[in-house]
Amino acid sequence: MAQIELSAIRKSFDGTDVLKGIDFRIEDGEFISLVGPSGCGKSTLLRIIAGLEPQNSGQVHIDGRPVDAIRPSARNLAMVFQSYALYPHLSTFDNIAVPLRMRRLSAIERLPLLGKLLPGRRAKERHIRADVEGIAEQLDISPLLRRKPGQLSGGQRQRVAVGRAMVREPLAFLFDEPLSNLDAKLRVHMRAELAELHRRLKATFVYVTHDQAEAMTMSSRIAVMMGGELIQAGTPAEIYNDPRDIRVAEFIGSPKINVLPGRIRKDGGLDVLGTAVKLSCQAAAGECRVGVRPERIDLGAGPFSGTVVHLENLGAEAFVHLAIEGAGLRLIARLADVRQLPAMASSITFGFAPDAVRIFDPAGKRIEIRLEQPERVREPAHV
Amino acid sequence: MSDGSMTIGAAIAPAGATKRTVQAHGSRRTYSAYALVTPAAVLMLIMLLGPLAGVIALSFTDYQLGAPHFSWIGLSNYQDLFADKVFWTALRNTLAYVVIVVPGAVIAGLAIALLIQSGTSLRSLYRTIYFLPVMATLIAMAVVWEFMLHPQFGLVNGMLRGAGLPAFSWLQDRSTALYALCAIGIWQAVGFNMVLFLAGLVSIPKQLYEAAEIDGASSGWARFRLVTWPMLGPVTTFVVVISGIRSFQVFDTVHVLTKGGPSKSTEVLIHTMYTEGFEFFRSGYAAAITVVFLVFVLLLTLIKSRLADRGVHYT
Repeated sequence: MAQIELSAIRKSFDGTDVLKGIDFRIEDGEFISLVGPSGCGKSTLLRIIAGLEPQNSGQVHIDGRPVDAIRPSARNLAMVFQSYALYPHLSTFDNIAVPLRMRRLSAIERLPLLGKLLPGRRAKERHIRADVEGIAEQLDISPLLRRKPGQLSGGQRQRVAVGRAMVREPLAFLFDEPLSNLDAKLRVHMRAELAELHRRLKATFVYVTHDQAEAMTMSSRIAVMMGGELIQAGTPAEIYNDPRDIRVAEFIGSPKINVLPGRIRKDGGLDVLGTAVKLSCQAAAGECRVGVRPERIDLGAGPFSGTVVHLENLGAEAFVHLAIEGAGLRLIARLADVRQLPAMASSITFGFAPDAVRIFDPAGKRIEIRLEQPERVREPAHV
Repeated sequence: MSDGSMTIGAAIAPAGATKRTVQAHGSRRTYSAYALVTPAAVLMLIMLLGPLAGVIALSFTDYQLGAPHFSWIGLSNYQDLFADKVFWTALRNTLAYVVIVVPGAVIAGLAIALLIQSGTSLRSLYRTIYFLPVMATLIAMAVVWEFMLHPQFGLVNGMLRGAGLPAFSWLQDRSTALYALCAIGIWQAVGFNMVLFLAGLVSIPKQLYEAAEIDGASSGWARFRLVTWPMLGPVTTFVVVISGIRSFQVFDTVHVLTKGGPSKSTEVLIHTMYTEGFEFFRSGYAAAITVVFLVFVLLLTLIKSRLADRGVHYT
């Protein structure tokens, strides 16, 4: 359907740089999530793609064609808004029919009374009806077609908004945090539905969200944005396992990745919390930050110890919050087997495999590591 | 849902057993309820319904202002009224005035509101300028209009002559006097309508315009038809009705500028009522005119509440 290319997009509002040169290429049929904390410029980028906001510099190409001088209505993109932006005075049917009527009927045919008398109008209106009903069928909203948006629940409005976007078969779909107004349960459900819709339509989806779970579960690729820059783009697994920047590592994953103080020795070895870990790197000696995901922390064995300060038992899994004596920091470990929950305030030892470690330099950039022994080692050397 | 009805059912069952006490309780509660609404009801009777009933009663008498006696004469005031050519002229003029001023003031108010809203600078300046006529006393402004419309040295005729067009003696000519008053009426009402429309425009969510643009409404007219006009529905209804009621009440410009002349061509209902009631002291007859006037205003109000009920409000 469409491939979207952004080159050197810059945007500032009243002297504040919101986007600082974004270069990105969205492939045909991809489900791309633009994810980042609020204020990182992701919605602005989406609006620039849609044409609702002009960029200060840089180009947008859709299917190789520059669209910077083309107004939003002519770009043939569909957008689903956070507030859905349904026309409150129109029924569900008419809401979905709007994009078709705007494109297929001339201005005169759209006139309230006179338009109905024109010869071609009736046949066109029949086609529109068939298309809208087909879409409603697909989205399971056929019984709602005569209702007004005010009489629909949040999830139903969401579907109508998606239907309005789908009906004219656009080049690409743009979603601006479409699930954030729904309750948690419905959000999980709609996540699956949207992913399913993407598989069925095979269209290009650009999806803006601040919820990393949405990005992880639906997208074929994630683009993480921070402070107006696109820091890393890759598949959900790449972003999760191989973050190139500590901000990416901290943003993706829930609970957050544990960051421990570390030190790279002169010989390239690594000390974490004063304990040597069996891996080495080629960076210059000095301070560094060591990230370990909660599920990679092994409780009950290892060179480190901490006190249990908080327990979160979710039934299927549990999170153990540990305070580390002397270091003044807390970390979270995921426990797969809730039957082995440690007691509150008890002291517990823990460790992690060397391949669970991601090291970042003081500026937050990732440092490549080399495992000293290829096979996984549970027991790091005691010092 | 089923949980809810279960609990309600459970709550009702024991209530039946103590029905008696509930009833005794109920009547006491009714009394205190009446006691609580009494002040408001009394005030409403004295301030609103009382005078209205008085006017209606007066219209069935031959009372003259200051007279020691009066007698009931039934509908004869109305018979006189409907036989009176002046009344029919006044009614026709009033309706003509309403039919011209309401659309004029509503369309001009909306157009100015749209222009101000789409402008980028000096918005509050324009808003203030257009609102000035609403704040100014119409009597004082009428004097200014009198000068502007003066046949010899008025600004309007001066401009017409400058453009090579024929001049009129606006307020002294039977064929133009009513239309000149209509123009003043529109000028006066536009500012008020504009403010209401501006408030309505501000409350339209911006995302609707963006959705319309994405949906292919590329022209301003298409967006106006798709978003602005329907979203302004409730405001427009209100503005039309308020303009209608205010136009029915037209009096001050007529009284100051034409006194209903020349040869009754600008005679309007309220002015006839004023002349009959306060110049000829025929209070009963004036009351009958007031009742006719009230019927029209009531009709407008009914139309408005009917439209409001029909669901012009969205959420």
